[in-house]
Amino acid sequence: MAQIQSPLPGTFYRQPSPEEPPFKSAGDAVAVGDTIGLIEVMKTFIQVNAEDPGTFKAYVAEDGAPVMAGDVLAELDG
Amino acid sequence: MTLEIVKPGLATSVQDLGRPGYFHLGIPEGGAMDRFALRAANMLVGNPEDAACLEAVFMGPEIKFTADTTVAVTGGEMPIMVDGEQQQTWTSFAVKAGQTLSFGFLKSGARIYIAVSGGIDTPPDLGSRSTYPIGALGGIEGRAVAAGDVLPIGAGTAASAGRSVPADLRRGPSNPAELRVLPGLYWHRLTEAAQASFFDDTWTVAPEADRMGYRFKGGRPLELVDREPPFGAGSDPSNIVDGCYSYGSIQVPGGTEPIILHRDAVSGGGYFTLGAIISADMDLIGQLQPNTQVKFVRVEMAEALKARAQRKAMLQKLREELM
Repeated sequence: MAQIQSPLPGTFYRQPSPEEPPFKSAGDAVAVGDTIGLIEVMKTFIQVNAEDPGTFKAYVAEDGAPVMAGDVLAELDG
Repeated sequence: MTLEIVKPGLATSVQDLGRPGYFHLGIPEGGAMDRFALRAANMLVGNPEDAACLEAVFMGPEIKFTADTTVAVTGGEMPIMVDGEQQQTWTSFAVKAGQTLSFGFLKSGARIYIAVSGGIDTPPDLGSRSTYPIGALGGIEGRAVAAGDVLPIGAGTAASAGRSVPADLRRGPSNPAELRVLPGLYWHRLTEAAQASFFDDTWTVAPEADRMGYRFKGGRPLELVDREPPFGAGSDPSNIVDGCYSYGSIQVPGGTEPIILHRDAVSGGGYFTLGAIISADMDLIGQLQPNTQVKFVRVEMAEALKARAQRKAMLQKLREELM
């Protein structure tokens, strides 16, 4: 099981915008470079991209939650 | 020699000790948010204290070296790797031609300073290499570094590896961080209750905090004394007739979220400033992550000057250790 960690501190978002669905849902295929969420910091939104391929399992960090660098944001299977 | 930026990190920029003398024209002093850490990094690699370094915030860049040199990283705690091999923070280390410097997740603090023997030799603007993106001054074409950039490095002094800043001279914020405040010109605009709650409440660093200003939230709103707006002032009670701002001054637009102006500050505007962070604590602000807690502590001028003298003495001690 692979984990996707936050590269930096900020506020985590699961969706590209409040009106849209989350980037990934359980069972979705994840390719290297796929965006799984956004971190907002210094008036900028930074994409969090998968560095390993797999199948999306679940988000770990809550939508809109403050996160620190290294916090686990989501989990992948395989 | 040169540095090749493989991955830029987030808003990584060339910074030195800034360009004082132009604030009256609206151009801020700029320079390192944590000046002590920049000075220390330079001393470790045998540079003049005011040489240009890379300031990286929250995440490190990835940098390839084209020649053998000596490097030091100071400031926040972030694992340092040269071709995957871990290095010590606040300590000089050797990097060989072709090797890559990279970083792990930030553990504490907010900004790191990467000094290379010889210093970054981009062209200065108004006497400084510090990057001021809004004015397109300094750095590389006045912007943060980007992947593919090649940074020139000056002639180094072949400083030795393994030189280290003693632990008692490494300064980072406590938790909650304590920032000392000298009440200022518009202190009387706050009600007595607001004057008390500002210091009693615990504030949280807002995610939008950056080199221009550090914003705080989570404390009770600050009520302002009723008054007829003077001619030329805006209608909000937190407005004044436009005036000058100082570095470290604390404005509270609408009385809700205090903002401390930092190195890339605007030089004036129409918000009252309740006071200023003392100069001795400005470096600490540069090491605050979003969502960390802060207490403001009231001091008077005598204590502010004493703290400034203590900072100077600490810097002198560092020079004696490393020069």
